[in-house]
Amino acid sequence: MDDEARAPELVGSLFRREAGKLTAALARVLGLHHLDLCEDIVQDTLCQALEVWKYHPIPDNPAAWLMRAARNRAIDLIRREKTRRKFAPDLTELLESEWTLVPTFDAQLMPGEVRDGQLRMMFSCAAPGIPDEAQVALILKILCGFSVAEIAAASLTSPAAVEKQISRGKAVLAEARALFDVAGAELGRRLGSVHSALYLLFNEGYHGSHPELAVRAELCREALRLAELLASHPAGNTPPSHALVALCALHLGRLPGRIDDRGALVLLEDQDRARWDGALIRRGLEALDRSSSGDELSVYHVEGGIAALHASAPSFAETDWAGILRLYDVLVAMRPGPVTALARAIVVGQVHGPDAGLAALAAIPEPELLRSYPFYFGAAAELHGRAGRREEARAGWRRALAVARNPSEIELIERRLLALG
Amino acid sequence: MANYLYLFRGGQTGAGKSAAEQEAEMKKWAGWIEGLAKTGKFKGGEPLAAGGKVVSGKKKTVTDGPYAEAKDLVGGYLIVVAPSLDAATELSLGCPIFDSGGSLEVREIHEMKM
Repeated sequence: MDDEARAPELVGSLFRREAGKLTAALARVLGLHHLDLCEDIVQDTLCQALEVWKYHPIPDNPAAWLMRAARNRAIDLIRREKTRRKFAPDLTELLESEWTLVPTFDAQLMPGEVRDGQLRMMFSCAAPGIPDEAQVALILKILCGFSVAEIAAASLTSPAAVEKQISRGKAVLAEARALFDVAGAELGRRLGSVHSALYLLFNEGYHGSHPELAVRAELCREALRLAELLASHPAGNTPPSHALVALCALHLGRLPGRIDDRGALVLLEDQDRARWDGALIRRGLEALDRSSSGDELSVYHVEGGIAALHASAPSFAETDWAGILRLYDVLVAMRPGPVTALARAIVVGQVHGPDAGLAALAAIPEPELLRSYPFYFGAAAELHGRAGRREEARAGWRRALAVARNPSEIELIERRLLALG
Repeated sequence: MANYLYLFRGGQTGAGKSAAEQEAEMKKWAGWIEGLAKTGKFKGGEPLAAGGKVVSGKKKTVTDGPYAEAKDLVGGYLIVVAPSLDAATELSLGCPIFDSGGSLEVREIHEMKM
């Protein structure tokens, strides 16, 4: 392929990868109160790259080219605006003098600083003043190079709602002016919020209802990438961070088995385990190993442990269900709630038989929260089916069908109904 | 506390130096100024390009220049805050200009009382 044809495609994937890095690096220098300016500079740099690369050979290191171009734009902007605006509070005077402007800027573009910038931005987005869903939207927008339309599509909300979340979140960031200080006293408290935001981002991909696997896998991959960035940095190198990496990698590794070639959801029992990604699963198991130092047990440890037992089982029948049930008992105690209880009830059915599973389902607190979730009814249907009660099984799947959220769920449910005759 | 001006003469011109040497020189200056900034003593200043114009006398005669000798040419200025002229002078001793044989002049910025 010649460069002209390659340019848009290359810029697309490159932009996703580099946009977050560049935005965070620029925000480090220009300040969080100039986040919109940083995003504009990155956007303009991309447009410039598209133009230039149409007619000139694509540089050997396009990422470095983008960074240089964004840097030049930012330096011009500082020269133009320095009498009117104050940039990062700790760099103000250094950016205002030609003696120091360029060296100060370039020092913030060293690889270690760029890495720190992304990490600090992650912590900034997890500020207590920003609602959880908005934290995820901000992370996707600023650090993952997603557009508002893409975030709206991924989270099945309207672009206007996402726009509102982001602009409110940015107002909170702007008040802070500087990126979160990962060497400061607030680190420990904020780290928990960062974990929650990444966990939520991952779940939006993994359990979300978006019909396209590609969209959901991308959310999961971004969550894993950011979790790995966090766990490999001194500020985030804690057992729960590694457990979060493990959880993401172990689930993501099994994602290809969850959807078949025709786009239908596949229940764990029927999944072709050869489709699982062995390399990702190994990465997850290694992270789980690293997470077991220290005596802190987080929900991510427990969920990662459950995922590890699933991922290492040679088949559905040979799964260590008793071990999984023990972990679910721990999880329910740590994080009570209908969704955890539902997952536990299914495992109870595996260990103690379908009727015990149904009893556990019936004992779920606040079951009304699950009434719009098709697999609440699907779980009961499966258990009835295994107990030989086909009529109840059919009724359960029909109730599931009534609340199915996308074509792949409908396809799965219709197949189950068909199998029941 | 008062503000003091450093006036740099000679020394740091980039002429005849390679790009890498110039960059190293620039980093040296930036490092020194960053140290001043960290303790809140740096109050601004700029380097000056070589060449220029001189306007002089009642007739406002414009000439190219200044044609001072390289060692007398003003290459830039800096403003620092210090408790006394002696302290400001002491503070200037870390300046990289001395490494290249230049000099600097320390002057208190006069607060006009009216």
